[in-house]
Amino acid sequence: MNAATIPASRGPTEAEAQADIAAASLRSDQFRLQRESDWERLDWILTQMEKGRLRKISDQHLLDLPVLYRTAASSLAVARETSLDAATLAYLEQLVQRAWFQVYGPRQGLFAWLRGFLFGGWSRAIRAIWLDICIAVFVMIAGTAAGWLLCAQDSEWFYRLVPQELADTRGPGASREQLLETLAVENSAAGLSSFAAQLFTNNAGVAILAFALGFAFGIPSLMLLMYNAAMLGAFLWLFSSKGLTLEISAWLSVHGTTELFAIALGGAAGLHIGRSMAFPGQLPILTAMSKSGKRAAVVMVGVVIMMVVAAFLEAFARQLVGGEANRFLIGGTFLLGWLAYFFTYRPPAIGDEA
Amino acid sequence: MSSAAAIDAPANAKRRRQVITPEGISIPVTVASRGARVGAFILDITIFVITIFVFHMLLIALFGSALAASAIKDAAGITGAVEFVIIIYVLFMFIARYGYFLAMELGPRGATLGKRIVGIRVASRDGGRLTAEAVIARNLIRDIELILPLSFFLTALGGEGGNAGWAGALWVSVFIAFPFFNKDAMRAGDVVAGTWVLETPRLKLAKTLSTSGAAQGTSEITGAVYDFGEAELSIYGEHELQTLERVLRDGREESIVAVHETICNKIGWRPGAGDERAFLEAFYAQLRARLENDMRFGKRKADKFSDAG
Repeated sequence: MNAATIPASRGPTEAEAQADIAAASLRSDQFRLQRESDWERLDWILTQMEKGRLRKISDQHLLDLPVLYRTAASSLAVARETSLDAATLAYLEQLVQRAWFQVYGPRQGLFAWLRGFLFGGWSRAIRAIWLDICIAVFVMIAGTAAGWLLCAQDSEWFYRLVPQELADTRGPGASREQLLETLAVENSAAGLSSFAAQLFTNNAGVAILAFALGFAFGIPSLMLLMYNAAMLGAFLWLFSSKGLTLEISAWLSVHGTTELFAIALGGAAGLHIGRSMAFPGQLPILTAMSKSGKRAAVVMVGVVIMMVVAAFLEAFARQLVGGEANRFLIGGTFLLGWLAYFFTYRPPAIGDEA
Repeated sequence: MSSAAAIDAPANAKRRRQVITPEGISIPVTVASRGARVGAFILDITIFVITIFVFHMLLIALFGSALAASAIKDAAGITGAVEFVIIIYVLFMFIARYGYFLAMELGPRGATLGKRIVGIRVASRDGGRLTAEAVIARNLIRDIELILPLSFFLTALGGEGGNAGWAGALWVSVFIAFPFFNKDAMRAGDVVAGTWVLETPRLKLAKTLSTSGAAQGTSEITGAVYDFGEAELSIYGEHELQTLERVLRDGREESIVAVHETICNKIGWRPGAGDERAFLEAFYAQLRARLENDMRFGKRKADKFSDAG
């Protein structure tokens, strides 16, 4: 008999089953034989799903899955109270477990989830961690100020804060013209898109690391933010000491409003986890962590997307668009756009989304 | 898997847990062993590396000449084609690194290829739905569990940072060792995401014992009728019943003979020979009928040492 087309008839035929039920001397075995075909059918559907042969399962079967799951679960509850047949109990337990895996497995694929994420899920998660964002932004501002002040006191600090390969020609010894040169526009777009791709993987990597470090009570996340901000502060000091404050601000703002914001969000997401570890509040610590972890994960997907945008801005817009006014315009527009999206876009939550 | 292995396998008794589903049914689950987790991870990494290798070969086969030409020229003379290849390459590596685990675990099977082969999968620890957020969280945390310790160890080995380098390496190795310090073998990502990794069981439904053979009381071989009285059936409890069930299902001749002799001695019958299986089948069916009947009235007898009720 073809199990693929008539999954319910894999076991004994109807007549045989009736004979078996009549012959069963035990009430618990009668109970089992009466429900066996349902169990076998559920088993067949589950096996197909587990093997990834979803096309073999008709819509009717999929509709029946929750019903069969509940039937099997109630069979298990009854069997536990009335049957001493260990093999049947073991079978039912694994059947209900497998059905539970499927019924409560991931319901949405990656793309369905992304849609819900873009239309509301993202901004909801951002608003939920507002306190951590405030802390992260504060730490970054403090770090920038610290970097600036340290360098202003002693220019040796610049070399300590900024790695040589990053500083390149930009150092305290450089002339105003050399520095201005590094802010200039490129003449052609050649090579810029591969530059963008590399920037993106670098920056996204840093942000994901800042998030993951939240697991150590969030302190390394804050340290990472602080250090990166101090580097920024050192650069700002360098350029402004040569009277280029406006130029460097414009140059940075093109992509910086997006990138620095994303880094702050990554750090805030890490801090959110770390904070719930240290201060779980009313919840058990593991529950508190998993709640904050899921919220932070949503923020992180957003951070990666922001990093893509930032990399494009950094590689193309910044290198190709000249003039302070234009650069400020681009950077400011993006900052306003992000803020509006995160804090004023509030569609109602759909379904059972966390 | 034989049914006997599922009834009691002391090897995984320590890894048995109960999950309460949203319907309020408690399901016994088995947490995946650390060995299985490591095995699945090694498989995944192998698949990952092979994919990356094939991708490299493909790129070289398709664009090798263009790349070689640009290598001779200066970096400034980078051509559009080469740039395109570099972008594809960088993005592919990023997507492969984060996307492989994500996309696989978001599928209906909740497991990567390696996990599927080993027979384990991801599930939500609270018995509820495994959400996409949880899968994303547990996979992003992998960065500090794998990439960060690896880079720390590489710098420490390279001699950079001296003792501080080694101290850092030691500190981050706490993240790798995390699964060994909790009983559910959760890694840091599991803790943050509220997930755990469970074994995926597969069992066939065994035949009913009470409808076959001599369970009805009459032996097919000798025609003897086994009928046990109150006294004989009141000796054993549920534990012995399930041991007997296992012996009957396994069907090994020597254990059937041995169990037959033990029971006969215990209940005061004179053990015969040649009809052991029929005897045991009849005894099993009648003992179970009695115990299940008591069960319905709320009387349970765990084993031969306990009193019913």
